[in-house]
Amino acid sequence: MSKLALTIDGKSIQTAEGQTVLSAARENGIHIPTLCYHPRTKQAGKCRLCVVEVEGLPGLRVSCSLEAKTGMVVRTNTEQVIETRKMIIELYLSNGKHNCLACEANGACELQDAAYRLGIDKPAFPEIPKDKPYDDSCPMIIRDMNKCIQCYRCIEACNSIAVNDVLDMGFRGSSMTVVCDTDKPMGKSSCVVCGECVQLCPTGALTEKKAVGKGRAWEMKTIKTTCGYCGVGCQLDLHVKDNRIIKVTGAENTAPNYGSLCVKGRFGYDYVHSPERLKSPLIKKDGKFEEVSWDEALDFVAGRLTEIKDKYGPGAIVGIGCARSTNESNYVMMKFMRAVIGTNNVDHCART
Amino acid sequence: MAGLAATLGAGAMSNSIGEIENCPVLFVIGSNTTETHPVIASCMKRAVRKGGQLIVADPRKIALTRWAARHFQPKVGSDIALLNSVMYEIIRNGWHNKDFIENYTEGFEELRKAVEDYPPELASKICGLAPEEITELARILGTAERVALFYTLGITEHVTGTDNVKTCANLQILLGNIGKESAGVNPLRGQNNVQGACDMGVLPDVFTGYQKSANPEVRKKFAKAWNMDSLTDTEGTKIPAMFDGMVHGDVRALYLAGENVVMSEPNQEHTINSLKHLDLLIVQDIFPNETTEYAHVVLPATCFAEADGTFTNTERRVQRVRKAVEPPGQAREDWWIVNGIAKRMGRDMGYTSSEQIWEEIRQLTPSMGGITYGRIERQGLQWPCPDSSHAGTCFLYCDNVFPCGKAQFRPAQWRPAVETPDAEYPFVLTTGRRLWHYHTGTQTRRSAGFEDIFPEELIEVSPQDAERLKIDNGEFIMAVSRRGRVRVKAWVTDRVPQGLCFMSFHFHEACSNVLANNVFDPVTATAEYKACAIRLEKDKIKTQRHGGTEKKW
Repeated sequence: MSKLALTIDGKSIQTAEGQTVLSAARENGIHIPTLCYHPRTKQAGKCRLCVVEVEGLPGLRVSCSLEAKTGMVVRTNTEQVIETRKMIIELYLSNGKHNCLACEANGACELQDAAYRLGIDKPAFPEIPKDKPYDDSCPMIIRDMNKCIQCYRCIEACNSIAVNDVLDMGFRGSSMTVVCDTDKPMGKSSCVVCGECVQLCPTGALTEKKAVGKGRAWEMKTIKTTCGYCGVGCQLDLHVKDNRIIKVTGAENTAPNYGSLCVKGRFGYDYVHSPERLKSPLIKKDGKFEEVSWDEALDFVAGRLTEIKDKYGPGAIVGIGCARSTNESNYVMMKFMRAVIGTNNVDHCART
Repeated sequence: MAGLAATLGAGAMSNSIGEIENCPVLFVIGSNTTETHPVIASCMKRAVRKGGQLIVADPRKIALTRWAARHFQPKVGSDIALLNSVMYEIIRNGWHNKDFIENYTEGFEELRKAVEDYPPELASKICGLAPEEITELARILGTAERVALFYTLGITEHVTGTDNVKTCANLQILLGNIGKESAGVNPLRGQNNVQGACDMGVLPDVFTGYQKSANPEVRKKFAKAWNMDSLTDTEGTKIPAMFDGMVHGDVRALYLAGENVVMSEPNQEHTINSLKHLDLLIVQDIFPNETTEYAHVVLPATCFAEADGTFTNTERRVQRVRKAVEPPGQAREDWWIVNGIAKRMGRDMGYTSSEQIWEEIRQLTPSMGGITYGRIERQGLQWPCPDSSHAGTCFLYCDNVFPCGKAQFRPAQWRPAVETPDAEYPFVLTTGRRLWHYHTGTQTRRSAGFEDIFPEELIEVSPQDAERLKIDNGEFIMAVSRRGRVRVKAWVTDRVPQGLCFMSFHFHEACSNVLANNVFDPVTATAEYKACAIRLEKDKIKTQRHGGTEKKW
């Protein structure tokens, strides 16, 4: 792809043909705030927060939807640009119930970030009273449309990324709001709870129900790993605090899922901390399981396997591996059966 | 896997997930993708949004059909008859890829002869589609520029599973849809590391990377690496033979790492009876379950969030698994436990980390030689990846190079399911998974919210059958097969056609495997979970009408 040169904030930069001014700036470490734009939902041209000045073009231009051209001279931080962005955020803040103290998204909110970076200390306009119903009908997702900024990301996520065709914009004028199907509560709609909308929501309008009150974004560390359910092998980030998984999000920018997950991968994690987990080796004595130490358990197993091998031969011992466990553990199981027991009697449940 | 190994040479998905959304034609047969692989289903639906044509062949009206251009509804267990007939029509119309067949394949004449017995008028009687529908399917697939075929357990979980897979491969070879992007034969793996467990040689006939244990050179190589004089050449047994062996006394000890066999194997009664014969049952798992009850010793293992290592996904991509939380109590990683037993049996393997084990694996496995933890830190690599400069392989058989020389046509003849409906058991029961649960329910039923959405098992019954038998939606009925009976709520829905019922194996209270038939494919020993005969009886204990959950798909 051929390159072109333009100037942003006095810096000459190169970008690929067809790129937007926003992408060109971001590639070169120049910050332009956005609320509706996301690399996966692409430009929406809704929030106008990414406005810039372009020499020779009238007014302010929306950088997420403006194709970069050779010789373009762009300014992202003039007084007019900053004042316009402030006004946009002020209007958003007055047009919703944005109470950061009580909001789940505090610390992971793009609206909050934008206000912070623009130095807005308190909203200039009075809040327009809103009383949209709080929708907690879905067991996994809370929808608070009073915090919705109508960026359309969730609608794009549902219709263009997950392609579940549940969310859309409903009603007109000041009544306009995101609806599930024909304005049903989420839990009664055709939603399959993939949570793509939650992951892409820039505010606290869509949040993970099971994470409520469990921790702030800055208290959690994230560990990237591979999902333990089906064979797609989605890459996910586990958000962990105090040795507990608080929530799960899809890892952006990486194959095979590029941020998408399904209901099980995103919300099916609490079994990890179930009190029913096996915590100690158990040996059955007189028909009842007794907790024993690892030494006792391993001595018992090794002893019994040796007896059986000596008495009946290695072929009397069989091993079944696990399609859920790691490659490394499966390899060691395979090696154990072949090298230590001395048999090829090793299999697992999914040979198809 | 065996079916693909015989035809194309590698038992794995030929193409990649990233290619799906650019497929011009997607042929999905025997895969309920939106429920079992939702993220892949989204790729398929995006392909449709981009103008791709989605063709679904499935006995049930699965959710994916909502996005499909055409839904063909063949009878359960008729895949070979249907696809042979499709190939008959393709050849008759000259839609097959003659260049590809001549240069890169073997066995076309045998295939042509074999499918001669399946003109649409005859196949129609087996698969239940009209002859015109078969011709239409042949025309769509035969005249497309390229087709990607996807299947899951709807193809494999039959006594003819291997033949079903071979037939899918035959079709794609016939059309030359192999060795190119957005095409191929693509089995979607059901568990996070099925591909990996196979790749690691947890199979009676192969070591890692499908190196045959019957080959003396292979055994010599592994014996040397493991500091042994030799390794046994005695043939190993597969799971069904293991269970039979327990009853006959040939098998005395079973080391079971992480499978709840009582729930997951067909014919529960036989499974339990087999386990009771054992002198030693070692169960290594994360939860007490229906199988641990029969154990002599139970060893607590870690789950995915507590372990370091790698999983290999359905597209052959080796990806890192990272420890995020400490395991509960004394639970330990599987390899640590196995190593502990080995040490006490006089053969310490000396492992201290998963990376050390991976290094040993890649040195013994040519197809993964180039994959290191360092290289997959950010994103996984797809085997084959033979050396450290190799970027991994998105789609197999590029340049029409096949591990077995040329692609092999392996024609197969249709055989009916072992159990077909009769006067006593007039319904076909097919089984599978649901979106809201996973396997035997040990994980999803212990995670909040899933049971709120889908609290109990439902047997899907067609409106016509329900009306005839006077079964109400939400009423408890008895589903009875020759192996057992289950009390389960009826879900009257047009997802199933007349004569067909569907159940999952997620709920121990009403588990489909009490009913499923323990008959197996002769090559892979996969059970015929997808077809058995049942009858429905009214439950004598009158139950309260159930309002019916609104979301069940």
